Amino acid sequence: MRFSGLRVLTEGLTGNRGWTAHWRDPEPKPAYDIVIIGGGGHGLATAYYLAREHGLRNIAVLEKGYLGGGNVGRNTTIVRANYGLPGNSEFYSHSLTLWEGLEQELNFNVMHSQRGVINLFHSDGQRDAYARRGNAMVNQGDDAILLDRDGVRRLAPYLDFDNGRFPVYGGLYHPRGGTARHDAVAWSYARGADQRGVDLIQNCEVTGIDIQNGKVTGVQTSRGAIRAGKVGIVVAGRSSQVAAMAGMRLPIESHVLQAFVTEGLKPVIDTVVTFGMGHFYISQSDKGGLVFGGDIDMYASYAARGNLPAVEHVMEAGMALMPMIGKARVLRSWGGIMDMSPDGSPVIDRTGIEGLYLNCGWCYGGFKAVPGSGHCFAHLLATGRPHAAAAQFRLDRFRTGAGIMDEEGTGAQHNLH
Amino acid sequence: MRITCPLCGERDRREFYYKGAAVALDRPEPDAGGDAWQDHVFLRDNPAGETRDLWYHADGCGSWIVVTRDTVSHAVLETRLAGEAGA
Repeated sequence: MRFSGLRVLTEGLTGNRGWTAHWRDPEPKPAYDIVIIGGGGHGLATAYYLAREHGLRNIAVLEKGYLGGGNVGRNTTIVRANYGLPGNSEFYSHSLTLWEGLEQELNFNVMHSQRGVINLFHSDGQRDAYARRGNAMVNQGDDAILLDRDGVRRLAPYLDFDNGRFPVYGGLYHPRGGTARHDAVAWSYARGADQRGVDLIQNCEVTGIDIQNGKVTGVQTSRGAIRAGKVGIVVAGRSSQVAAMAGMRLPIESHVLQAFVTEGLKPVIDTVVTFGMGHFYISQSDKGGLVFGGDIDMYASYAARGNLPAVEHVMEAGMALMPMIGKARVLRSWGGIMDMSPDGSPVIDRTGIEGLYLNCGWCYGGFKAVPGSGHCFAHLLATGRPHAAAAQFRLDRFRTGAGIMDEEGTGAQHNLH
Repeated sequence: MRITCPLCGERDRREFYYKGAAVALDRPEPDAGGDAWQDHVFLRDNPAGETRDLWYHADGCGSWIVVTRDTVSHAVLETRLAGEAGA
């Protein structure tokens, strides 16, 4: 089934009775060449690119709940490539390029909207830091414009420019950044993978990883044993638990990150804006809700809800930045579990076990990485060699100290990101 | 979330700074080797359930506290001064 304008029109006129399921619901087979653990955005994208780029077909994605039921459906939907350090820079650039071709490639409207991202700065020092970051982005081949106050005012006139404590000095503008409809990203990759023969197996929890003589041979699941030539772990949020099944301890601590949405409003914020003097970022969904969030709660947690101090900080930061949102009512808030790595950057790498591969540590930035992560992890799984854009995401960088990617410059420690 | 400081009593979470897993108390010898230090500094059990972590009562008495806590329910099960917990 392909989507087209004509098809939508025809279905609309005939009671929408012609739509069919977007993917099969197969029983697991006894064996696959490659088993992907985790049916979130990254896992589904991995399966899709394994089929599309590498011509592999005998693949299963195992998901303990339903497809896209985890963090890919719980984030604040921001897509950007504004990283400054080698390693991250080329990866997110690669991912953004894939985003830009995604809808045509997958024949699916993921509502990718390049409405721009503005990172505000509020001091001379911060301006210098953002000028440097902008230069790094331009050198990478992406777009960055350093805006002065008037430049920001033209794009976001509703900000409190003369706030007594945090006046707006300007902003780093990234026009190719924006948002996308998060669920649709998971669904489109699922559909694309299914169409190429990948078995997407839901309600199938992995309970063990079989290893013989240092080589992975398959997985144990709630729906029986499945043999596999290669296994990829793509379960950010639960990486430590699944890796423990293979006897591994990871450089990961799980934290809860909260997000918020208001009641639907008329169009008012047409870009993504981030505050430079507190943890706050905001955009407006096409449905009208203001979608915003802040920092992690800052203690290890697997609860899909946070505590009030982080809520208070986000609300205060929002009020300091754009007092008008005080009139909007928060409709709901929720929490998601983040794989926090010591340096704030992810891992896409082999493990010490032959045939077992790991994709984890996305911290609070996994959504924009979905296409790039899937593409690079598929390359690693299919060829055994890292993709050039993700070659720095090594698991051993903490052991060796080489190639630490501490984007915030706060130090590579668990409680600092 | 409220944490009971062994000296000050039950206080708001805002008064405390979170350091991380209580492995910080089991510092390897300086010459223990790279693997031991990687274990100590970077690798974590990261359990979904009961865990022991280290908090500092920054806006209170300044004690380091070992908190036994459930990471799924956020329930605080036990708190002890780090010095008494075997530092």
